[in-house]
Order: sequence, then structure tokens, then C-alpha cells
Amino acid sequence: MDGATLVIGLAGVLTAAAPLVVATIGETFAERAGVINLSVNGTILLSAMGSFVVAVSTGSLVLAFIAGALIGALVALIVAFGSITLRQSQVAIGFVLTLFCRDLSYFLGNPFMGEKGPMLSVHPIPLLEDIPVLGTMFFKQDVMTYFSFVLIAGAWWWIFRTRPGLVLRAVGERPEAAFARGARVKLVRYAYTTLGGALVGLAGPMYSLSVKAGWKGTISGLDGLGWIVLAIVIFGAWNPVRVALGAYLFGLLQWLSVVLQPHLQGIPSQVLQVAPFPLMILTLLFVNIGNAEWVERVLAALPERPRKAVARAIRALRVVQPRSLGVPFEQD
Amino acid sequence: MEIRLIDIRKHFGPVKANDGITLTVPAGTIQGILGENGAGKSTLMKILSGYQHADAGRIELDGRPVHMRSPADAIRHGVGMLHQDPLDFPPMRVVDNLLIGAPGRLIPQRREAVSAVAGLAGSLGLSIDLKAEVGSLTVGERQQLELLRLLWLGARVLILDEPTTGISARQRQELFDTLRRLAAQGKTILFVSHKLEEVEELCTRVAVLRQGRLVGEALPPFRVERLVGMMFEREVTPGERFACTPGKTLLRLAGLGAEHGRIRLEGLDLEVKAGETIGLAGMEGSGQSLLLQTCAGLRPVTHGRIYLDGADLTGKTYRQFKKRGVAYVPATRLEEGLIPGLSLADHFLLTENKPGFFINRERGRRTAEERIARFNIKGTPTSPVESLSGGNQQRALLALVEPGSKLMLLEHPTRGLDVESVIYLWSKLKERCGRGEAIIFTSSDLDELLRYSDRILVFFAGRVSEPLDAATTTVDELGELIGGASRSGDPVDAVSAWPGGDGRAPDDAGCHASGAPENGDA
Repeated sequence: MDGATLVIGLAGVLTAAAPLVVATIGETFAERAGVINLSVNGTILLSAMGSFVVAVSTGSLVLAFIAGALIGALVALIVAFGSITLRQSQVAIGFVLTLFCRDLSYFLGNPFMGEKGPMLSVHPIPLLEDIPVLGTMFFKQDVMTYFSFVLIAGAWWWIFRTRPGLVLRAVGERPEAAFARGARVKLVRYAYTTLGGALVGLAGPMYSLSVKAGWKGTISGLDGLGWIVLAIVIFGAWNPVRVALGAYLFGLLQWLSVVLQPHLQGIPSQVLQVAPFPLMILTLLFVNIGNAEWVERVLAALPERPRKAVARAIRALRVVQPRSLGVPFEQD
Repeated sequence: MEIRLIDIRKHFGPVKANDGITLTVPAGTIQGILGENGAGKSTLMKILSGYQHADAGRIELDGRPVHMRSPADAIRHGVGMLHQDPLDFPPMRVVDNLLIGAPGRLIPQRREAVSAVAGLAGSLGLSIDLKAEVGSLTVGERQQLELLRLLWLGARVLILDEPTTGISARQRQELFDTLRRLAAQGKTILFVSHKLEEVEELCTRVAVLRQGRLVGEALPPFRVERLVGMMFEREVTPGERFACTPGKTLLRLAGLGAEHGRIRLEGLDLEVKAGETIGLAGMEGSGQSLLLQTCAGLRPVTHGRIYLDGADLTGKTYRQFKKRGVAYVPATRLEEGLIPGLSLADHFLLTENKPGFFINRERGRRTAEERIARFNIKGTPTSPVESLSGGNQQRALLALVEPGSKLMLLEHPTRGLDVESVIYLWSKLKERCGRGEAIIFTSSDLDELLRYSDRILVFFAGRVSEPLDAATTTVDELGELIGGASRSGDPVDAVSAWPGGDGRAPDDAGCHASGAPENGDA
């Protein structure tokens, strides 16, 4: 593979991972507020189908993306109402919704199977696109991929640098303490769950109108991605930048499984296709290695300097989940 | 700021938590609020600080009627509450923790907040690492941090709910000094406690609550018997020291070593006789809990051996320790001791260890009824354990220890209990000693250690003292030993634990969140 092909390939990874980036950051917002929206898998399928139908019927990509976001927000609103207002199990609601939305998308999308719809086009950014290597990778993309870049930085800035972001973290960490400090816990949870749902909803049309264009029902290849999103959010420690890196890693693994196929004749192609999934799990385990007791013991045996460096690295990698994730808030 | 509470009423179902309380607190006073568990102290304070709404009654601050809709509302009126378990955010940095809930623009001014709070801390003589993570601070430091935060937000009334639970003696002294300084500045302090000696030492006025009513007020010098009389409607006397007649050796530690986290025990030799009570004193997290857990078979022995009744139990599992009559009662009742959601009868069925697949509900109910009567628990066999009050939960925990155990290991058995419950519990425990059981317990209450132990081990800065005879040791002597003084030369070099020992120790009691957020609050 020569250099130019490699750069184009990597640019393709950025495009292909963009919907994952947007969805994981959406889920990060919801979980930072303390709500696990388990409906992600179904939401992506339903919004992919819904927005494809809108795009085919109206020819408008803008309307299609708005429809996708609305579908995601609506599903998230059901999760929010069930868990925040009715104080029911978020896991049960999300699980049932994810199955329901998936089957609903196959059922409602049936008449539109295999139709040809519009597609997002590439909009190179003048001047910037001429930068060698980086220009091709980052500045010859479609609008939604640019959006995913901006979202990573914006979400990080919002969560870690602004006052509302601080309140968001407080609400997911210890809602009773956040309430004592004047936060409107339920409102915050509703707002971020819905916002997160809308972002997850955008991932749908990013697939059906760009990355995996079209609607092919059960063979659309979108089923399962939502679960990866949920795993990446954990791996990414609810930090938009790390979460995005996780999404890109998954995109890269998928790309490699395709590129390497011709070179690894001995291995059945099915193995390569599913390889990214166990590899993600292994990464997850590796990231959390600092939590194991034996690691602590091994560390203690090291001399001072390397021990401190390794300990710092492990601590930086360690995942600490928002303490009130999934716990309903009751205000007495 | 002067506070007037006028005819405050609040009921939960049929229980009248506050039944028409009227109280005036002048500015610049340290007002003690005394009362046994369930007297209505907490409810009254929660109403004053906006956490709960009174059914009836008014609150006036400096003569102006105010209405507190929420805690955030209360702090805007200058009323701040410091909770027993600080309401902060352990995994966050101190500065972020300060900024949550503080008013300001979209981008918080971190540097200004830090310098303002550092200035406040300096003026009060407190020193907190403002760059640290909240979770790496001790409970005492987190309290100081909350105090500073409330003052920074403009609190002129400070409510402290049992603030001395779980902090070291030195930190308690710091806290009291700070409170005196604040009162001198004209701040009004409300100090909620059931510890008489603390109220006596600190407060300039005392109000006593009983069953939701204000039953009396007092000014210094306080007469302890009178205060106790008001709290309990009768005199409660702690009774005599219990004398023990030690029998044969029950537990023998030979050069015992163990470690957990950064705490390490080394070369500990100890013999505990049947009928004896051993108290473990020292700052929270100096290895006391580690010793208890090692003796219970919950933590591995790294050196030396443990013998129970002559049998070598080194390396055996917790189940085998338990089978041979070792009972371990942890400090956190609802986290480690009891199972929320299960009833008292369920608990007795769970622990009875009878063979058979099906449970005998009738037998469970009978056992529960018998133990409820014997241990004077306020509850029924079907009461879920979480519905019991703290004192009753503790009684239930002890009732769960099967009769016929040989060695009871108790972690803070009376923490958070009122005087009456403490006396009752110990009378039950001493009954068991009379039957030849031995007790090893931890406590941060020096009086309790001296009154109920036969011998005391003091843990300090990585060392364990030779056993002290509790009958000939005074409170002051014990306090000094815990603080690091040595009695008649050097303490015997028995144990080495974490270096330093400045009260910022790692903690094995789960009393403050040391870095790991999962063991955050109790």
C-alpha cells in the first residue's frame, strides 16, 4: 500500500467513525447526567430508516437529518420520563425500547428497502485541503464529519470548562449534593438525556445517507453498533476526547479487517469481520488493569521512578464511572 | 445573625418529628442542640436549612421573616448546613467542588475562587490542599472544606450535624477552635450533637429536644445530670466498671503480620483470655480495622500465626473462623452488616445455618421474636432492617451473632448511638463476657474504651503499644498516647504501618473515601 492510499484510507476511517463519535458523545452527555440510555442500538436503526425515508420522499438532506435527531430525542424522552419521572429501571426501559425500535425500523422500512436515496457529498475546505496528508484526512470530508470534529472539542469544553458542565457532572455524581447546591436535578437529567438522544439520532442518517448509504433492512449492517457505542462510552471514561478515540479505534480495527483480508488468506473472512468486537473488549480490560489488586502488588515491587510513572499512567487510564449512573433521584 | 424559629411543626405520617418548637438563637452564639436519636434535632435543622418544609411555623432571620424553599435558597439567606457526611464530590478536584452551585458566568473563574477560599482558610488558621482531589482528603478536611465553601458563599448561620463523628481528636480541636473564632466574628453556630462532653466544652447555650418538643434550655456552666435528665426524662447512670475474671487463653497472635493497601501490621504478639475485653485505640485508619479483619479471617496473614483455643487457624478462610466461634461485626451497619430489603426474621433465617433446602418461616419468626425481646429491639419480625433506627440496627446486628460464639470482633459498636443505647448494648456484651466470650473492639470514644475494656492497645504512626491496663489509665494519658506520646519509654516496636501518621492516613474503615470513589460515603 502506498502513502496516498494509506492517507485516503485513514480519511475514510474518520468518515466511517464519525457516526460512532456523534453517538458516543451523545450517550456520554446522558450518562454524565446519571441516565443510561440503553436504547442506542434501536435508536440508530430507527433514525437511520426514518431519515432515509424522509430523504427519499422529500429529497431534502437537511430535513432528513432533522428527522433523525427528532427520532433520537423522542426515544430518549421515553427513557427520561420512565426513569426520572416514573423512577422505573433505566435498564429495563432501555432494553425493551432497543428491541422495539429495531423491529419497528425493519417493519416500517420494508417498503423502502433497496431504494436509491440522496447521499451526503464531500465539501473540501478551501486552502486547508491543500495541506499535505492532514488536508486529505481532515479537510476533504462531508459536513457531518466536520460536525463530529467540532463536537468532540465542544463537548469536552462544555463538560470540563463551563459552569453548566460542572453542574452536569455534579448531577451524575451525587444528585443529592448537587440539589443542595441549587441544581435542578430532574431538569438537568431530562435536558441532557434528550440532547444525548438527539445526537444518537443523528448517527442514523450519518449511516443511511453516507457511510452505509441506503436502507437494506436486516442486512443494513447497523445492528450491534449501538452496543459498541455503549461499551466505548465506558472505555472512554465518559470523557468526549477519550470516547472519540475509542470510536476511531473501532473504526480503524474495522478498516484493517477489510484491508488485511487479501493478505491473510489463511484466516476465514468471518473471523476478521468480527475481530474488532473482541479486540474492543480486550482494550477495555487493558484500560482497567489498574483496578486489579495484583497490579498494585507488582507496582509496589518496582523501584521508585518507574513505579511513579506507571502508576500515573494507570491512574490516567483508569475509568471511574459517575457514581449515580442509573440511580433514580428522590428528593425528600 | 439572630435566628428565631417560631412554632415549627412537622410530621411524617403519625410521627410528630417537630411538635411546635420555638427557639431564639442570638447572633454570635454557639448554640448546642441536644437530644437522643429521634428527638427531632435533624428535622428542625433540615427545616432551617431548606432541605425540608415545615408543615406550620415561621422562621425569622434578624427579625425578617424568611421562607426557605431549598438549600440553595437558604444559603442565599445566609444559612448553610454542614452534614455529618459532607455533601461534596469526592472524585472531583477541590476547586471544581467549590464552584458547583456558586453563582457566576458561563466560564467559572477558578483562580479567583481558589485565592478567595485560600484567603478565608488562612484567616481561620486552616490549611487545605486546594489542588487535591476531594476524595483524597480525610473526613475532617472535607468538613473544613465545606465550612470554607459555605463561608465563601456568604453563610452567617452555620449548622453542624454531628460533626465530630469519624474525625480525629486533633481535627476535632481544630474544628472547635474555628467555630469559636467564627462566633467571635458574629456568626451564629448551631451545633447538633448527642455527645454531652462536646456540647459542654464548646457551646455557649444549649437547647434540649425530646420527642419533637423543646424541653429546656441552659446556659453555662452546664450541669450534666440536668441535661441528661432533660434528654431522657430520667437520670441515666453508666454504672460501674465491669470486672472480668479472665479464663484460659482463647486467642493467641504470634508475630502476626498483615497488610491492606498502605497499612501494614508486623510482628504483633497478643494473648486474649476468655471473658476479656480488649479495646483498640488510635486515629482512624491506623490499622485497628486491619487487625480485626485479620483476626476474623477476612484478610490474609502475611507473617506469624493465629491460634484460637490452641488450634492453628493461620490461612484458614472466614467461614472456618466463623465455624470455630469468631464473630465479626463491621462498622457500617447497612453496607456490610445488614441486608437492606430483608426483614429481621429473614436475617435470622439467613444466619442460622441449619441444613435443609426449604426455609422454616415459622421458626424464623419465633427466633426473631425471641431475640427482639432479649435485645430490646424496637421492631417486628417483618420489619425491613432499613426501617429500624441506627440504635436498633446495631442491636439487631449483635442479636445476629449466634449465642455460643467465642470471640466477638466489633468495629465501632456504638458509633452514632445515644448514651442510653450505648449502656444497654454494653450490658448485653458484658453478659456474654461473663459466659466466657472475649471481645476485641475499636472505638474513637476514649471514655468508652476506658470504661469497657480490660486492656487497651494504642495504634499510632505505625506502632502498636504494649497492652495498657484500662483500670489504671486516665483519659488524658490515653489521649496523649493516641496523639503520639509514649508511656514509660518507647512503645514496643510491634507494628509498622504507613509512614507519617499525620491524620492524613489511608483508611481501612471506609470512613473517608481514600481515592477510590466506590467506598465513598456511608
